[in-house]
Amino acid sequence: MADVGGAIWVTVCLATITTLCLLIIATPLAWWLSRGRSLVKDIITAIVALPIVLPPTVLGFYLLVAMGPQSPLMTLLHPFGIRTLNFSFVGLVIGSIVYSLPFAVQPIRNAFEHLGRRPFDVAATLRASPLDTFFSVALPMARKGFLTAALLVFAHTVGEFGVVLMIGGAIPGKTEVVSIRIWQMVEQLDWPNAHRLAGGLMVFAFTVLLSLLIIDRRLGNPRHD
Amino acid sequence: MTDAVIDIALNGHAGGFDLNAAFIVPAQGVTAIWGASGAGKTTLLRAIAGLTRLTGHVRIGEQVWQDDREFVPVHRRRVGYVFQEASLLPHLTVRGNLDFAQKRNGGHAVETDRLIDRLKLAPLLARKVDTLSGGERQRVALARTLFSAPEILLMDEPLSSLDGEAKAEIVPMIAALSRDAALPILYVSHDAYEVERLADRVLRLAKGRIIDTPDAAFSTQLDALSPAQVRALAEAALKAGIRV
Repeated sequence: MADVGGAIWVTVCLATITTLCLLIIATPLAWWLSRGRSLVKDIITAIVALPIVLPPTVLGFYLLVAMGPQSPLMTLLHPFGIRTLNFSFVGLVIGSIVYSLPFAVQPIRNAFEHLGRRPFDVAATLRASPLDTFFSVALPMARKGFLTAALLVFAHTVGEFGVVLMIGGAIPGKTEVVSIRIWQMVEQLDWPNAHRLAGGLMVFAFTVLLSLLIIDRRLGNPRHD
Repeated sequence: MTDAVIDIALNGHAGGFDLNAAFIVPAQGVTAIWGASGAGKTTLLRAIAGLTRLTGHVRIGEQVWQDDREFVPVHRRRVGYVFQEASLLPHLTVRGNLDFAQKRNGGHAVETDRLIDRLKLAPLLARKVDTLSGGERQRVALARTLFSAPEILLMDEPLSSLDGEAKAEIVPMIAALSRDAALPILYVSHDAYEVERLADRVLRLAKGRIIDTPDAAFSTQLDALSPAQVRALAEAALKAGIRV
């Protein structure tokens, strides 16, 4: 039971860092996707959504290849003394970012699309530059989308199993997360501890989903007027 | 200042029909742009503001906002625009909406207290905008526009969504503003009452074109000229051998 604390700590760190990184990455992407449609945007949208339909093992396999010592990507990092990102925490973060990307992009994109043209016209006639408008109008008006994205990404990262197992290798205190710990407890027939940890995750997941519903009700739909 | 003009010529395809409108009016008082719905009034007004891009020119007094060579982006034009439906920013309070405009007005002095007083906004300042009535929203929108220190006010049927009572309250406010503020107003409407109460002159728009008898169009253009310019024109005509 001693390493359970370590697994929880790694999980929380991984979910927090992934969430912060994804909010930064997904915002410009969601903004660009929300401004009109085109074939290029449809293709990018489909690619972003791939992790929803692909088995985590497929994603994990390709990530394992991409972050392995032989990959062209890693070759670029060899001069800096980095041979591989597999079985490292950084590798885990990168994998989680890819795996949860659709859960960040979609709510933020929806929120941006929901704003319509009007607030942007209004801001322009009040002499707000496009950048100013983005920060002082679009971001605050889309705050519900950001909250939803953050909660979904955090929860989805905590719920990861296949990808982190393949590229993380379950090194205790480094890449071993709660979901993998539970699996190992069951393998070792340590059911009482598996019960405790699994129950904890149930409570966590329920809390997140309930929070989403409460946010939805409190903030309502963004209004234009 | 008295001979400054608003000189507009815009044409192009936007919003599902062709617009081809040109006019010159004095840069003072209220110029109503009147026409049935679907005549292109809103498109014309949006194009003057730069929200919709058409070809042609837009000159407001000394300012050139658009011509063959340049197109000044909307946020660099000192244009005030009052939209048809409420357009307040929902994540800000009434005060926040007014501040949003004032902060970005380029440091021009605005008689904020007087405007708040005149539009009866003092009791509303702390309110969230989604708690306001239709009439209150348009009063705030009008004040916000004026806080941005515009050189011209473009109003797109600002009262069309209001009931008679709210309308009767706001129309005199707009009339007083145009009188006192020396701010030219282009006022789009299809409501004869509003046009009659507010307009110093009326342009009629139908199917994307300014329709008027040639004489009326000519006199509108003459209105825009200074006495010296009229005399110069008359002298030139006499010299050219035109007998009146």
